[in-house]
Amino acid sequence: MIITDLLIIGAGPTGLFTVFEAGLLKIKCHIIDALPQPGGQLAELYPKKPIFDIPGYPAINAGELVDNLMDQIKQFQPGFTLSETAVSLRKIDDDWFEVITNKGTVHRARAVAIAGGLGTFEPRKPDHLENLSQFEENGVEYFVKDPEHFRDKKVVIAGGGDSALDWSIFLSNVASEVTLIHRRNEFRGALDSVEKVQALKDQGKINLMTPAEVRELKGTNHLEEITIEVNGETQSLATDFFIPLFGLTPKLGELANWGLEIEKNAIKVNNALDYQTNIEGVYAIGDINTYPGKLKLILCGFHEATLMCQSVYSRMNLGKKYVLKYTTVSGVDGFDGSRKEAEKAVVKKID
Amino acid sequence: MSDITVKIKDREGVLHEISAPTDMSMNLMEVIRAYELAEEGTIGVCGGMAMCASCQVYVVSGAENLTEMGDEEDAMLGEAFHTRDNSRLGCQIHITEDIEGLEVEIAPYP
Repeated sequence: MIITDLLIIGAGPTGLFTVFEAGLLKIKCHIIDALPQPGGQLAELYPKKPIFDIPGYPAINAGELVDNLMDQIKQFQPGFTLSETAVSLRKIDDDWFEVITNKGTVHRARAVAIAGGLGTFEPRKPDHLENLSQFEENGVEYFVKDPEHFRDKKVVIAGGGDSALDWSIFLSNVASEVTLIHRRNEFRGALDSVEKVQALKDQGKINLMTPAEVRELKGTNHLEEITIEVNGETQSLATDFFIPLFGLTPKLGELANWGLEIEKNAIKVNNALDYQTNIEGVYAIGDINTYPGKLKLILCGFHEATLMCQSVYSRMNLGKKYVLKYTTVSGVDGFDGSRKEAEKAVVKKID
Repeated sequence: MSDITVKIKDREGVLHEISAPTDMSMNLMEVIRAYELAEEGTIGVCGGMAMCASCQVYVVSGAENLTEMGDEEDAMLGEAFHTRDNSRLGCQIHITEDIEGLEVEIAPYP
């Protein structure tokens, strides 16, 4: 069981910055995220795109902002439960909440901050394939969690983006046969990846099929064969695995059933005070919340996180009054024993 | 600068005739959002970067007045579901006087 002060759901910019503001108040944090890496949308959707409205940065790439945030919160030693989705929230007593993930990891905390952005990123499934669900976990996979799973197997990957390219390249050294299928002849990915796939195709290590689409999945229990339409002609291909990589789409998911007040796919909060939801001790910050005048901007998420931490502090330290301190004056004391502080001015007489 | 009239059929099949301003640097996805013609969270998910296809529309009439599709839009539609020959991404259609009278239908999500 993971025990912390403040449990943050969502490792996007708002969730990450929360760790810093909480840390200044000596509140320990742990973050859960469905994706394998921190950064949320910034890391998943547009790591190489610039953002122009982060105060103090005329321009910063999304990926770089995530790296900076990770660096900024390092001394507060946040815990991470990655690649897991929070599925249930339960109030245990007046003081404690329990959040359990889809993999059964139990977290207990004294307050919960939902910083879930657009929701959980889930794979976009080719639902038009008739018996898709029958083969899920029986040959159809949406993620490459453990490459060894595919060792010496025949693999078909579908998709036209970076993940389809990258996994085709990677698995060409693991699987016995890799076929990459895309509806178009053009791929959208890093130039380097496109060139690598081209080279592997020329060496006969990747079997490239374009423009092509998967039409049917066949097999008794496990997937055995797929039907593909290539250039208008139908053909069969024996395979052990089919990995459709059509990107991820965000869904509010399980947290819609936690008893929170939801409006327009967002969680209603008290914006006059502390971004608390209708459940005391549970907050919602960043893109996932809504209130009159709400703007889904990173900088607004930072502000919301900061005010929320004050409320969490009062909740954990009943009766204690917190006095606002400036980091320039007080410095930053990390949980790891480190200390950052402004250099002392030299007071010396000049002869 | 003035407003233009655009016809938009929502995902329930209801046709809306709405006016859109040409002087606010808006795109069709933002207009759909502003008029709440699609549920929040199911449109413009990526914010308008041609990276999610949640604003996919079928152009019923007025396609000839639209600017040509860019590479990113084309590639995104190459991966999107429910695409047809007349698919476009709403976020890549800019509201200008040239597209007066455009008629579109919002594609299913996701």
